[in-house]
Amino acid sequence: MTSSLMFNITTILFLVSTLLFFVYLVSKNSSIGLGASLVAFLGWGIETVAIILRWKESYDMGHGHAPLSNLYESVVFFAWTIVLIYGILEMKYKYRVVGAFVMPFALLGMAWAQLGLHSGIEPLVPALQSNWLLYHVITCFLGYAAFAVACGISIMYLIKARAEGDAPATTASAGSVIGMFPSIRILDDLNYKAIMIGFPLLTLGIVTGAAWANYAWGTYWSWDPKETWSLIVWFVYAAFLHARITRGWVGKRAAWLSIIGFAATIFCYLGVNLFLSGLHSYGGSLK
Amino acid sequence: MSTNKPSFIESVWDFFCSLKLSIALLIGLAITSIIGTIVPQGNIPPEYLQTISESKFKLYQGLSFFDMYHSWWFMLLLYMLTVNLVACSIKRLPRVWKIVSEPQLLMDEKFEKSLSLTHEVKVSGDSVAKMKSFLKDVMGEPVVTERDGAIHLFVQKTPWCRLGVYVVHLSIIIIFVGALLGSFFGYKAFINIPEGEAIDTVYTQKEKPIKLDFAVKLEKFSVSYYNTGAPKEFKSMLTVLENGKPVPGLTNRPTIVNDPLSYKGVTFYQSSYGQSGEGAAYHFNVAIRGRGEGVHLDLKKGEQATLTGGAKLEVLEATQDVRQFMPEFSGPAAKVKLQMPGKAPESFIVFKNHPEIEDQRKGELVIQYAGADEKLYTGLQVAKDPGVNIVWLGCALMTIGIFMAFFLSHNRLWIRISGGRAVLGGTASKNPAAFERKFEEYVEKFKKL
Repeated sequence: MTSSLMFNITTILFLVSTLLFFVYLVSKNSSIGLGASLVAFLGWGIETVAIILRWKESYDMGHGHAPLSNLYESVVFFAWTIVLIYGILEMKYKYRVVGAFVMPFALLGMAWAQLGLHSGIEPLVPALQSNWLLYHVITCFLGYAAFAVACGISIMYLIKARAEGDAPATTASAGSVIGMFPSIRILDDLNYKAIMIGFPLLTLGIVTGAAWANYAWGTYWSWDPKETWSLIVWFVYAAFLHARITRGWVGKRAAWLSIIGFAATIFCYLGVNLFLSGLHSYGGSLK
Repeated sequence: MSTNKPSFIESVWDFFCSLKLSIALLIGLAITSIIGTIVPQGNIPPEYLQTISESKFKLYQGLSFFDMYHSWWFMLLLYMLTVNLVACSIKRLPRVWKIVSEPQLLMDEKFEKSLSLTHEVKVSGDSVAKMKSFLKDVMGEPVVTERDGAIHLFVQKTPWCRLGVYVVHLSIIIIFVGALLGSFFGYKAFINIPEGEAIDTVYTQKEKPIKLDFAVKLEKFSVSYYNTGAPKEFKSMLTVLENGKPVPGLTNRPTIVNDPLSYKGVTFYQSSYGQSGEGAAYHFNVAIRGRGEGVHLDLKKGEQATLTGGAKLEVLEATQDVRQFMPEFSGPAAKVKLQMPGKAPESFIVFKNHPEIEDQRKGELVIQYAGADEKLYTGLQVAKDPGVNIVWLGCALMTIGIFMAFFLSHNRLWIRISGGRAVLGGTASKNPAAFERKFEEYVEKFKKL
């Protein structure tokens, strides 16, 4: 069995999981919810094996390196980290419905990687031949994934807050899909918890990136577009964390900051490569 | 007027202590930082004028958009953020420090009412010892205080984690200090060293020469390739010379991308390479087809040699490894122009490792390439940054501070025993929901005492 086939299976399982989560939202049948989670975790397990297998395959080709070296590999890894962070939050806080707003991100990533990106295993260019690659990419993407989860939760928050604003709190759409959502207080808290995971990881990602840049080029910060955008993301979430302890900034504004933060994250990850020039030029590997 | 002055200072102080200012500055920095990622930084004016009009160019220049991260207004935002976080810390730290250094040992009735988690039970006999061992069991050795006939027990966990936020703030200031030290006492420079030569002067981006008190010699430069033709490794063999003598341990030291050479606080990073061009000789063997060994011929680039019989030969370009251009071949190759007398000139490639290709050309003359004693140069990025370790100290502190602030909680428990009753109270600085569940477990044990 090849890693490529296993990535395809992962994509299909993520699709099934996403659909099951939507059915769960509408049907409120808790065993469907459980099924959605289990399918997601099965897909994640298969993806884990596939990533290890791809790592091994690169060694078989004679230029072994961690599968984190181009756009395809990073998108696949991003999907993996999103499901991981979602899994941790689900195990800990037991709000399964959040999956309906998080799994689509993982599915989108896998589908794009499998259908639209060049998946060949290529040898590492000299600039990437360093152990820092591993530390830098893993910390950054775990951080990005936590922000993806926070963004999904924030979207739920805004939908729920709007529904509750329209109808009196007591009868608030008890019969509709939104009735399944946790209360806005809990969503606000979950959003904060996801960002509490993401922010330290992003910080570590920036620090390891700076350390690597210093080791490879002699400068830990050069205002390269990628560096600058990662700092922009950091500023947005730093603003979010301070907003949490400021009156008038909790709730809706915090949810919007979280969504803006994730939009900035995605631009930092993809937009910089596709639209701007700089040192992280793996954007050229679009098919 | 003088009565207004303190209130003015007060209002300035309040302005800088405000969290709203922090949020505004962070968002302001995030938005303005975008400009420098869209407008290319540090190009020369003609390059900008190719893409934007002159009036736009003047406007952008006036706003320092071409070097915005060093512009006065961006610096002002960074300095304001620094003042803001120092002011916020000064305002809030004493109170937090008091909580950490002078723990609240007593839970009187008034304080008890301020706690959301409390539980009361009836006690009899020697309850203090039991209560003590209970607290020791769940959190740690309690402090016992007797006051007004009541016995107070107190225990706490990781009170110092409340300082995490201030550690992060301090770390940002330390990183700024390190960055400033680097920009005042360090430099970034560049040198090209041809093979076999030693250089003791490097040049900054503004072409300012900096003399080193040692020299760096390039012994040899080489590039290796993957099967696909993509470069695998750029390697400079460098020797550091002190007063013309090689420094032990830094003789023929391979320097590759991601593995720089450091000496006396100056670090050399493999960055680029090229052919040093001048004086390189290309070696050929020219024979008439079917007539023996032929003759040896040395050519320089651009130089035209006239062969016996009137044919003219010239080297157009040459490479030490053709694989990067033609992955199916390897080794040195040269593109030559040959003009036989009375015929049109033809140009073709000759390969040192693939003489059969020249045989297939079926020309009157057989030209074989024997390689070049061509010299390469290596391009090294040179950096001296005395502030870099301070920056790393700041980064480490930031990581520790964020961990303290996010993942640790200051949990406290009190028990007050008086008049045959004991009250358990508790509070946590973070994650109240999780602490509430824990407190319920404590209460279960507490009831059974």
